Amino acid sequence: MEHKIDTRGLSCPLPVVAVRNKLLEMKKGILEVLVDTGTSKDNITRMATSAGWKVEIREESEEYLMVISK
Amino acid sequence: MLKEFFSFRKYIIFTGVFIGISATVLQKLGNPPNMGICVACMERDIAGALGLHRAEVVQYIRPEIIGFVFGSLIAALVFKEFKARSGSAPLVRFVLGFLAMIGALVFLGCPWRALLRLAGGDGNAIFGLAGLVVGIWVGIFFIRSGYNLGRNQRTYPLVGWIMPLIMMGLFLLLLFRPQLPSGAVFFSSQGPGSQHAPLFIALLVAMVIGFLAQRTRFCTVAAVRDVILIKDTYLFTGVISLLLAALVSNLILKQFQPGFQNQPIAHANQWWNLGGMVLAGLAFTLAGGCPGRQLFLSGEGDADAAVFVLGMIVGAGFAHNFDTASSPKGPGLWGPASVIVGLIICLVIGFSMSDLRQKRKEA
Repeated sequence: MEHKIDTRGLSCPLPVVAVRNKLLEMKKGILEVLVDTGTSKDNITRMATSAGWKVEIREESEEYLMVISK
Repeated sequence: MLKEFFSFRKYIIFTGVFIGISATVLQKLGNPPNMGICVACMERDIAGALGLHRAEVVQYIRPEIIGFVFGSLIAALVFKEFKARSGSAPLVRFVLGFLAMIGALVFLGCPWRALLRLAGGDGNAIFGLAGLVVGIWVGIFFIRSGYNLGRNQRTYPLVGWIMPLIMMGLFLLLLFRPQLPSGAVFFSSQGPGSQHAPLFIALLVAMVIGFLAQRTRFCTVAAVRDVILIKDTYLFTGVISLLLAALVSNLILKQFQPGFQNQPIAHANQWWNLGGMVLAGLAFTLAGGCPGRQLFLSGEGDADAAVFVLGMIVGAGFAHNFDTASSPKGPGLWGPASVIVGLIICLVIGFSMSDLRQKRKEA
């Protein structure tokens, strides 16, 4: 099952907290995250990779689609 | 392992070191003692220059504040991160900015200055930093309880340009120093407001800091918050780098004077050094970042962060007009009361804009 979170418009640190909580709950699988600031993209990448998740980022019209998987 | 640690963090370490060294050098070049850079104090000086308060010793349009916004703006434009956005409870952010300034002026410094004061040997800063951590910790409690100021919206590019334009206006006032019949623009002839590094050096250094901080997301409040909230030490590394670099630089420049009494632009009432920064730390955390970070965000188009900054400037005017700001003699007459009222307001905001309100209703 694929999971999705839309963090667009949320200010720091809410995006990274929401993603972290979701990853802790999922333990493994694929999570798609929509992000609209570079700060949140960096925070989420740092947090997810340090927890052993793989992060792929696609930039789409000034927004980022992050695919986080384990 | 060690190599990986530094390669991952080299830019944030560089940013912290650059801020630490440049702040102490700006002090050497004329800025007030242990105040090479202080976002709160410098915004307070701008409030004074505009006549929002009449404390004659703290009135100057600080080019550092202008430079932070310009530097961040340039970085955001170059790296295509400039995005005009607004609408995430701007009035609440104004109030939080106002209260953060009230708290910071009871301690006499923002988180940046707390670090610089410690690096200059001022032991009173330990109590301020302890208060800051307590305030951040309370803020984290609300974040964990679902605290959320709501989503912002993309908006017209002009909205994102308003803060840089305000800074351009301030820069023109600083450059041409018009004298109106009211006495404005006010520039201190004595006291901390009269002490400043050469204008263009301060502006240039601040622009470099703004550029670096926009890229690395440097933030003194998120540094502590992220360690507790998401076990991430990235930003904390930057803050420690700032502290150590400023300490070494102060030792070299002979600006290190350890002690608690008679420290420059500081008081030794530890309860209110602590209390003031509990309020500031909580207000910064509820608004998502330290005062420097709010300036950098406002430079990259975040109009909500700009409203927070304006709240801080108005708060500074209030703090001096209503005697809530401290002086080297100690807290102002209404300083302790303002901290308590400010904390109550922050707690009400945290409670009513989180899931706690819903839970209470259900119970």
